[in-house]
Amino acid sequence: MDIFRRGLLTFGLLFALGAASAVQADPASIVVASTTSTEQSGLFKHLLPLFEAKSGITVKVVALGTGQALDAARRGDADVVLVHDRAAEEKFLAEGFATKRWDVMYNDFVLIGPKTDPAGVRGGDVVAAFGKLATARVPFVSRGDRSGTHSAELRTWKEAGVDLGAVKGDWYRDIGQGMGPALNTASALGAYLLADRGTWLSFKNRGDLTILVEGDKRLFNPYGVMLVNPAKYPSVKAKEGQAFIDWLVSRDGQAAIASYKIEGKQLFFPSAGQ
Amino acid sequence: MFQTFQETISRLATLDRDVLAIAWLSLRVSLTAVGLGLCIGIPVGAFLAVADFPGRPVLVGLLNAFMGLPPVIVGLVLYLVLSRSGPLGSLGLLFTPGAMVAAQVVLATPLVAALTRQVVADSEAHLGEQLRSLGLSAPRRALALIHDTRFSLVTTALAAFGRAISEIGAVLVVGGNIDGHTRTMTTAISLETQKGDLSLALALGLVLIVLVILVNAVAALLRSHAARAYG
Amino acid sequence: MPAIELSDLALARNGTTILDGLSAHISAAGITALIGPNGAGKSATLRVIDGLLRPDAGSVRIVGDGPMRRAFVFQRPALLRASALANVAIALEPLGLLRSERTGRARAALARVGLGDRAEAPATRLSGGEQQRLALARAWAVEPDLLLADEPTANLDPGATELVEGLILDIARRGTKVVLVSHNLGQVTRLAAEAVVLARGRAVEQGPTRALLTSPQAPETRAYITGELPWTSFAAAS
Repeated sequence: MDIFRRGLLTFGLLFALGAASAVQADPASIVVASTTSTEQSGLFKHLLPLFEAKSGITVKVVALGTGQALDAARRGDADVVLVHDRAAEEKFLAEGFATKRWDVMYNDFVLIGPKTDPAGVRGGDVVAAFGKLATARVPFVSRGDRSGTHSAELRTWKEAGVDLGAVKGDWYRDIGQGMGPALNTASALGAYLLADRGTWLSFKNRGDLTILVEGDKRLFNPYGVMLVNPAKYPSVKAKEGQAFIDWLVSRDGQAAIASYKIEGKQLFFPSAGQ
Repeated sequence: MFQTFQETISRLATLDRDVLAIAWLSLRVSLTAVGLGLCIGIPVGAFLAVADFPGRPVLVGLLNAFMGLPPVIVGLVLYLVLSRSGPLGSLGLLFTPGAMVAAQVVLATPLVAALTRQVVADSEAHLGEQLRSLGLSAPRRALALIHDTRFSLVTTALAAFGRAISEIGAVLVVGGNIDGHTRTMTTAISLETQKGDLSLALALGLVLIVLVILVNAVAALLRSHAARAYG
Repeated sequence: MPAIELSDLALARNGTTILDGLSAHISAAGITALIGPNGAGKSATLRVIDGLLRPDAGSVRIVGDGPMRRAFVFQRPALLRASALANVAIALEPLGLLRSERTGRARAALARVGLGDRAEAPATRLSGGEQQRLALARAWAVEPDLLLADEPTANLDPGATELVEGLILDIARRGTKVVLVSHNLGQVTRLAAEAVVLARGRAVEQGPTRALLTSPQAPETRAYITGELPWTSFAAAS
């Protein structure tokens, strides 16, 4: 009985300790809803320690697709959004969930595909390449998750004059997941896909995939940052959130973005004030 | 495949403090959730085993079904409840370890209650008549049977812990997988898989398995130690 | 000591009739034995008297002064995985005693059944005979007005049986009415002044034990004593 009681007591104490430490809130912190591309490329791991050391504000990043990130902010569950879908961002502003948008940086999309390039799309014209993909009906992986990358893909099909609804078939795999899973799927299938360069560069399970189309102006991928309107949600930490935005677009922040490299390649290009 | 395993082993050697912090968070969240789940689930399950009232079979059936609640659904519902625009938004729990504890409590409690009910009902078949003939109230009988089945209930606690620490659907949605705050072993494994770093994901998976084995070993030790005295 | 009035008891479970209009008067004095073949309804009658089973029809009236304290001793003692002392003390909880009083009375009862030095031992580690003595200590500690014992020595060796019989006699001498179910006619003769014969869910005959066993009146009693009665109901094993 004694052994049992002592054991119980020990477990109880452990639970109480865990409970106490698990629910404590940290004093100055903000929640940033952002995209899987920024998180999975490792950019935040590079930026946040610099900002936190300078400001004393802890930044918690929730990585979602652009559409989901904006929805989380619409429900008041984030203080700042950092996303890359200009049309969706304008809509967010128009709805009054934010009052201002800042340009932060850009990177670009690249068309990835198997080295053998069975559809023969290699080159510098992404619209022509998409046209060939639709004709050849080679395996193509789509994010299908309302992310910025997904919007860019849909925009490109449209520009290539492809009616996706009509030509969609077995070759078009809509997986409804983030950039990483999409790359994993494409790598396994030997399929084509549109990816942001940052995630591609930090992606390790490439298999036979390589970049086939890059450098087209239409692949330009701008990121914007917005503070969630405190008038909509009083819980928004406006002061700390604005401090984070101000730092991102400051000379220090921009330099920090430019200095993030993987294998010597710069992933994101500062664009504040341009 | 073979190469991935080789890399995994070498990655294990270099796992750093971040991984320890993630493992510790997973352990804290799941142990807390299981602790709370035991506090609620054991009395409820035991009472269902000893008390006789109309509607009990329905309640028991419901409980058994809830053992299989999909974590993603629990996460989603809790997300909407804890969201700033939800009914409990003012607590500010979303994207905190507290929210993950809450989600795992919801997952663990029906499991604990259903398994406890089964264990206590088996014991009640053997001891119930005697306890009733002593004139003990239903809550007192439930307590006596909980005490009587305490060694079997350790297994119940372990099952709940296994469900809690290995689930990802709920903690991902309500925790947000925030680096350094709500990243648990399972969300970290998922993230590394998505980044295509399969050897790191596998190394983290091995750490998780070792963690689960350790907790089970401690419980088994405690149990056999106590059972030797009072089996 | 209380007398027990059983009137027209009927009980069926899962379509099998267990008690079929059982009526009997159990006198207030000493030990009364319920005897009869398997399936006669002896154990069920005992449980109905204790309130563990609710009859479908009929009534049980326990005639005595004030509230009746009951104790039940089963064929297989049902013991908690705890010390012998704790197993006795829990029976005293409904009596509204202080914890120290409960422990004191439990220790005294254990000493009374010869388990004074095993008070701290795990109950489940005791031998079969010790376990049944522990169950009797539980009954002893409660100081019941009525003790219901269901084949308390059926699983015991002769030595343990003798100890248990002695304890039942002691409890009866202290002023407790005892109703005993037993298949052991020798035991019934040794312990019970009065016997009631049950067959097929009814009481067929009752009277002083010795007279009843030497010159049975009812054909069922004669058949039971000589071992002739064809078993009529297996489902309700006693």
